[in-house]
Amino acid sequence: MLSKGRRNGKTNRIKGLSLHVLPFSEISDLGITERIKKILKLILGNKIVIIQGRLRVEEEIRLIEDTMAMVDHIKSFRGIELAVIEPNFKDAPFFDKMKQGLANRLSGGTNALTIIGPATIVKDIKKDPKKLEIMLG
Amino acid sequence: MIKALKDLSRRFLASFFGKKDDIKIGFYGPPNAGKTSLANIICKDWTGEDMGKVSEIPHETRKVQIKEKVEIEHKGKKLTFKIVDTPGIATKIDYEDFMKFKMKKKDAKKRAKEATQGIIESIKWLDDMDAIVVVLDANENPYSQVNITVVGNIAARNKPVLIVGNKIDLKKANLKRIESAFPEYEVVGISAKKNKNMNEFYESLFRLSKKV
Repeated sequence: MLSKGRRNGKTNRIKGLSLHVLPFSEISDLGITERIKKILKLILGNKIVIIQGRLRVEEEIRLIEDTMAMVDHIKSFRGIELAVIEPNFKDAPFFDKMKQGLANRLSGGTNALTIIGPATIVKDIKKDPKKLEIMLG
Repeated sequence: MIKALKDLSRRFLASFFGKKDDIKIGFYGPPNAGKTSLANIICKDWTGEDMGKVSEIPHETRKVQIKEKVEIEHKGKKLTFKIVDTPGIATKIDYEDFMKFKMKKKDAKKRAKEATQGIIESIKWLDDMDAIVVVLDANENPYSQVNITVVGNIAARNKPVLIVGNKIDLKKANLKRIESAFPEYEVVGISAKKNKNMNEFYESLFRLSKKV
């Protein structure tokens, strides 16, 4: 999937930007090693990966470990930018919480979105509880 | 899972047979938050020696550093522990960032290589800690994914945590933001550079050690 912009009547791709949406179902059956390998392979292809769902905490730290091992071995790879957006349902009415809980169970806790991009393309992901902003390099 | 069970049984035995006198307290956090500066104050105050070198260039600490048997005394209470100062955890390392500090390309590349290895080493040490002090720069956004990932992993390992908001002497410092980012943990604000609020920090450290 490629983002496109229009300038002077022409359609241009935003240089270097390529998004890849990874449905949770595509990685749900994979073990931690395979999951991280798949994500890093996409990132090495200069893609910003959007995962429907969030990685487990041990997968997030493994992602950082494996990323560092690759920075050391792959020329011009400088690492990743990573952010997880999770809707806050703490203050939601009871029935909304119940519906959300049920939906999460059915989808494998995939209500969140995880955004991971190569640090060379994504300059920064500025995150606060209410907004998420991706700055392109 | 096995590790968590081991931790639980170790803590149960420790509470049954008395307190461990050499608990390992790990200092974790992003680069340049002031982990080594804080460790230096503690070590200078109680052992008369520095822990490590500090610098304005990120990733000054690139190897895990350990100070054995640090004994602190505060309000009549004693605490003996090992300080484990770890390299800052980050998701990216760019040698060109170091060149902005007038570092030569060759040295910057060497520093980057060491920094990546340091991050891997920091993560590997997580399992060995008895308690963890997460040091954050109170002037930076605490909601970075690295902070959340580090704290999430500590929580998953059932390790006691104290969060330190450092650099509170600076204008933009916002301790409330750290407290709202991590509401389930005790947060203490200090300035390692100005040696400010260290009494409050030591009190928090005693409370942390009781949870081990």
